[in-house]
Amino acid sequence: MSDADAARRKQDFEDGLGGSDAQVAAFEGHERNFVDRLQHFLHANPTMVPVIVLVLSVAAFGVIAGGNFFSAFNLSLIMQQVSIIGILAAAQSLVILTAGIDLSVGANMVLVSVIMGNLAVNMGVPAPLAIGIGFCCGALAGMLNGFFVTRVKLPPFIVTLGTWNIFFALNLWLSGAQSIRSQDIDAAAPLLKFFGESIRIGGAQFTFGSILMVMIFAVLWYVLNRTAWGRHVYAVGDDKEAAELAGIRTDRTLVQVYAVAGLVCAIGAWAAIGRVGSVSPQSFQEANLQSITAVVIGGISLFGGRGSIIGPLVGALIVGVFNSGLRLAGVDVLWQVFAIGWLTIIAVAMDQWIRKVSA
Amino acid sequence: MLKTTALKTAALAIAGAGFLGLAQPASAQEVGACLITKTDINPFFVKMKEGARAKAEELGVNLSTYAGKVDGDHETQVQAIETCIASGAKGILITASDTKAIVPVVKKARDAGLLVIALDTPLEPIDAADATFATDNFKAGELIGEWAAKTLGEEAANAKIAMLDLTPSQPSVDVLRDQGFMTGFGIDTKDPNVIGDEDDPRIVGHDITNGNEEGGRKAMENLLQRDPDINVVYTINEPAAAGAYEALSSFGKTEGVLVVSIDGGCPGVQNVKEGVIGATAQQYPLLMASLGVEAIAKFAETGEVPEPSPGLDFFNTGVTLVTDQPVEGLESIGTDEGLERCWG
Repeated sequence: MSDADAARRKQDFEDGLGGSDAQVAAFEGHERNFVDRLQHFLHANPTMVPVIVLVLSVAAFGVIAGGNFFSAFNLSLIMQQVSIIGILAAAQSLVILTAGIDLSVGANMVLVSVIMGNLAVNMGVPAPLAIGIGFCCGALAGMLNGFFVTRVKLPPFIVTLGTWNIFFALNLWLSGAQSIRSQDIDAAAPLLKFFGESIRIGGAQFTFGSILMVMIFAVLWYVLNRTAWGRHVYAVGDDKEAAELAGIRTDRTLVQVYAVAGLVCAIGAWAAIGRVGSVSPQSFQEANLQSITAVVIGGISLFGGRGSIIGPLVGALIVGVFNSGLRLAGVDVLWQVFAIGWLTIIAVAMDQWIRKVSA
Repeated sequence: MLKTTALKTAALAIAGAGFLGLAQPASAQEVGACLITKTDINPFFVKMKEGARAKAEELGVNLSTYAGKVDGDHETQVQAIETCIASGAKGILITASDTKAIVPVVKKARDAGLLVIALDTPLEPIDAADATFATDNFKAGELIGEWAAKTLGEEAANAKIAMLDLTPSQPSVDVLRDQGFMTGFGIDTKDPNVIGDEDDPRIVGHDITNGNEEGGRKAMENLLQRDPDINVVYTINEPAAAGAYEALSSFGKTEGVLVVSIDGGCPGVQNVKEGVIGATAQQYPLLMASLGVEAIAKFAETGEVPEPSPGLDFFNTGVTLVTDQPVEGLESIGTDEGLERCWG
């Protein structure tokens, strides 16, 4: 007789259970009507909201803006255009998942690109070394944020507001407020523009930068969903004290999150040089806020611990689709800004509504 | 008790004497002047500051400089003017971020007896300042528009033109350059105070660049999406032109497309030399600033207020077309001379 058979065989003392309810313990269903069921579905699948919005907006702009919008080329161009903000949104998501916020991501990225450019083009450092040093600087800048948040116990908003200004000033000082020209980079360190290269598949043109963006999200998805560290990040964001009681070294996790975010910004800096062509201390001044917009539209809760990392990728794409679609339809640029504003508010309102399911 | 009071009085007296000792010779010997720029970021303003400093040193003027944090930072500029009035300066040179909103505080400064000169950017109304030293931005646009039309010759009638502008708020320099270009090219601008109201089919569209490379690239991509046959690109400044060129090369369209720009910064003129930009209109921030400091020194000495250029409501500091492909009937200098006179 195998063990399995033994397990199935009823034992004597179980006879008394004969008249009782054989159903396993379950929550009572709320499914009263379609709206409730939808709310439940969305609560269980947090990425679905932005995905639905993306599909709907692509379809809508396909009708409004006509054939040009739907071309493989335009759709791949949208990916190119959002690649840098998308990468920053990946960094931002990590921090927001811990119920923090990182206002310094854009400034960190521009600072690192200036460091890479100055080392490689103006100081003759070999490009791979310059890129490596840039990565270290980005991670260190992130750790600095993490240090102030955990050791000095300052709110992330305050810390990163401060470092935003600090990085921005350093970037101007290092660059002397001067751009490094595209041609000079080509001559001295073409490797810096690696992510500006592209491959063509049919009509579509994918820059290495846009492929990099997707890869960064894929790696982060794996890390957050399939490793212990990833679960720690969610746990710390959901309830720091409970995580602490569960034995997670929360402060250490937080510093690591900020450092990884800084490193992702530095990778973004390399991609940005490829995208822009030159190293300009004046680029991406609104990137901090644009990255937060992508994260919020992507459905990651600003209160931490909730949302899928794929959301911000979709969020960045939604912003790109809106901008591209409205532009191709010939809408004035200020109405694009207007539309993104409403989109942001509606996204947070949706998040609040979906959360009510658990209340 | 008495002792401590006496000590305090003595300390105060010494401190007071110290202040007087420091303050008096400075105000008696030197003329104070302030330079307030939009930002410290843009090389244009960096150069302006350099020009003002050099001239101030030469004339023995005590120059203080201030700048907004970012373009459009109006509040910091207001504070700078107030600081200037309080410091007893004789005059202010200002590149206003908000040309209308700055007017009341400028009036306060003039009422306090300071000479206020607007540099580069005219106030609205222009006579809100005692004088304006600036590039004729409309003329700058007109020069590159005319150059583009003449370079294309008969093909100008079939041109496909992309307009790469500055910001959604359409500041005056943006409007003047944009409309100047169209006028020079031979396009009816309709209302010359508004960007984008013309109906000439040769204009593919307008997009904004924020005056930097990243914005230039994005705007160019967007307009190429609307019409891949674009063959003339107007850009608000040379960083935007560099970005546009990146987009053109990623579309494989660098041949046969004319890119024109405005500014005359050294990287921009270098780009003209290398064929990235066809022609640029060069302006002279160093000259604006040094003339401004001279005017304040003169005002402090004689009370004389500078006069505008004949026929204009501002003092024209000049603009020159820089290109290596000169066209007939349009005065220009080559890039070698342009590089000698460039800034930034």
